[in-house]
Amino acid sequence: MLEQYAAVAGTEEVDRLRQLARPLRGVKVVHVNSTREGGGVAEILQKLIPLKQALGIDASWEVITGDLPFYQCTKGFHNALQGNTVSISETMLEGYEQANARFAEEHRALLEEADFVYIHDPQPAALLKFCPNRKGKWIWRCHIDVHHPYRRIWKYLRNFVALYDASVFSLADFAQAMPHPQYLIPPSIDPLSEKNIQLPEEEIHEVGRRFGLDPSLPLVIQVSRFDRFKDPLGVIEAYRIARKLTPLQLVLAGGEASDDPEGEAVLEEVRQATADDPGIHLLLLPADAHRTINALQRAADIILQKSIREGFGLTVTEGMWKGKPVIGGDTGGIRLQVVNHHTGFLVRTPEGAALRIRYLLHRRDLLEVMGRRAHLFVRENFLITRLLREHLSLMISLRNGTGQRIEVGL
Amino acid sequence: MDNAAGPEDTREKQGEQMPPFTVRDCVLVALATGHRAQNLRELRNGLLAIDLESIYYHFWARLLRPRFDEPEYNNDFAAWAHRALDEKALAERLSVVNPADFPNLEALRQELVEIIEDRLDESPYVPWTQADKQFYFISSQIVIFDTGVQAASPRELATFLPIISPGSIYYHFIDAHRRSPEHVDDFSAWLSGCGERYDLLKTKIQSVDPYFSSLWELRRIIAAYFAEYFSGVQ
Repeated sequence: MLEQYAAVAGTEEVDRLRQLARPLRGVKVVHVNSTREGGGVAEILQKLIPLKQALGIDASWEVITGDLPFYQCTKGFHNALQGNTVSISETMLEGYEQANARFAEEHRALLEEADFVYIHDPQPAALLKFCPNRKGKWIWRCHIDVHHPYRRIWKYLRNFVALYDASVFSLADFAQAMPHPQYLIPPSIDPLSEKNIQLPEEEIHEVGRRFGLDPSLPLVIQVSRFDRFKDPLGVIEAYRIARKLTPLQLVLAGGEASDDPEGEAVLEEVRQATADDPGIHLLLLPADAHRTINALQRAADIILQKSIREGFGLTVTEGMWKGKPVIGGDTGGIRLQVVNHHTGFLVRTPEGAALRIRYLLHRRDLLEVMGRRAHLFVRENFLITRLLREHLSLMISLRNGTGQRIEVGL
Repeated sequence: MDNAAGPEDTREKQGEQMPPFTVRDCVLVALATGHRAQNLRELRNGLLAIDLESIYYHFWARLLRPRFDEPEYNNDFAAWAHRALDEKALAERLSVVNPADFPNLEALRQELVEIIEDRLDESPYVPWTQADKQFYFISSQIVIFDTGVQAASPRELATFLPIISPGSIYYHFIDAHRRSPEHVDDFSAWLSGCGERYDLLKTKIQSVDPYFSSLWELRRIIAAYFAEYFSGVQ
């Protein structure tokens, strides 16, 4: 498996991983999140676990599940961490803790015996409280843009999270006052996944035909869940402003993650906004339509990700990997990837997005240059091999304490 | 490993007596410090409060993090003064601060603080920025490990340089300045022990300005100097 990555990320990168993993061979690592399919976290874990195993680490992945109130509660957490004022009843909080207690009971041996436990996002964050005899280091990995959380909910969650040995955030902006080390690790994409591998031209054209896209018109696309923080209505507005002067078509492609009960309401708003506009293609895709999304991104001229809040924005990374400039919201992890005027543009309004769409479609030469830069930037910084490397160094760091320099096997 | 034959064999003899160049690698572990600044006074206060490692990070370890390869300034403080505070004169003053001119990081810290205080004294107000453009002080650890690669001679090192990792370039070219008593990079230090014939190559490597290139670019430049040197060796 590692050899396949050497072809994309370089042999030397894979050699580095092997060297770095040497002192970690045989350690037991457990990851826990709340969904196997849908969303960036699940996609990362689908590859990160086998890669860790290939390096000799005893890695496993468990998924916490619950009833509808559990998901409503954790969706409330998600929104609150992103800054929304959210009301969550005591009953829902009790349900949340019960789901965590139940999961801890069912997986006690695995969790308490593990050398490292990665808990992803708030859904399983209370697990640590229910594992009093844990032996290993517990790490809370927050994938959410939490730079301005709704304090009341954060105060509740912090009671659980502060007990961890470390936390990990995608950006320094998201770090919080906590009594443990806070590591900064941006996420990544898998260049060999169905969503990112190179595709034959004919397959890209076929997908375009299947969805009725007009090959003679420029195509802009936003791929994301139907979530208000992704601002799909703002994208539609930007398209309408730009179209007045530049002929184009828009694809809004998304699905629903199994842990997102709000998606249907947002989707309905989008349906109403797009009705009767033949230039907008609203595509509801199943969670496993990775290859289709790949083809759509490759068919596009410009990738949009006009989020209002964004933990990182893996769809931005995916678009850049395909050599496309990205017009993204000036927020969160998008800023780490979209370097204004170099790999795309950062915008704050639909008007700003429309202006940049027109500009790039008019200046095809710059569109091409930015796309090439974007691809290179991702290759050097945001592939899963880099994430894996940082996971390995995080574990080495936690084992070796807070010294500024840690020497391994020298 | 070096199979070159002919007159150069003699010249390489002395080099072969040197211990081999052991290529090491390192990875960055970035940590939030909890300190941040929204205005220039907070930046000054933060500089006084943070660990010295954070100052090291914002001058040097930043090279190991995702960044776009067109840096205008040689440290994050200068870049923030320009981009967030719109303080172009301050940015210029901060950007000419060369860590090599100071005996230690504490002295470097004091210099930065003095430059900022000068600006605070002359400015009628405290320059500030929006809440979402704050400066976040970051600290770091580096994890150092062996690559298993050794070069027995400068010529052999020249063959490895184009493919060693950016982390190896950081360790041997950037971090070495802090590690070595002479404050020089590992390549130059090793060449010094290989004989005077490498002095020109050594001088060229020491002349590389590390501030304005990515690690990939530094690797290309250093590898090119080695390649150029050996292309001229008969």
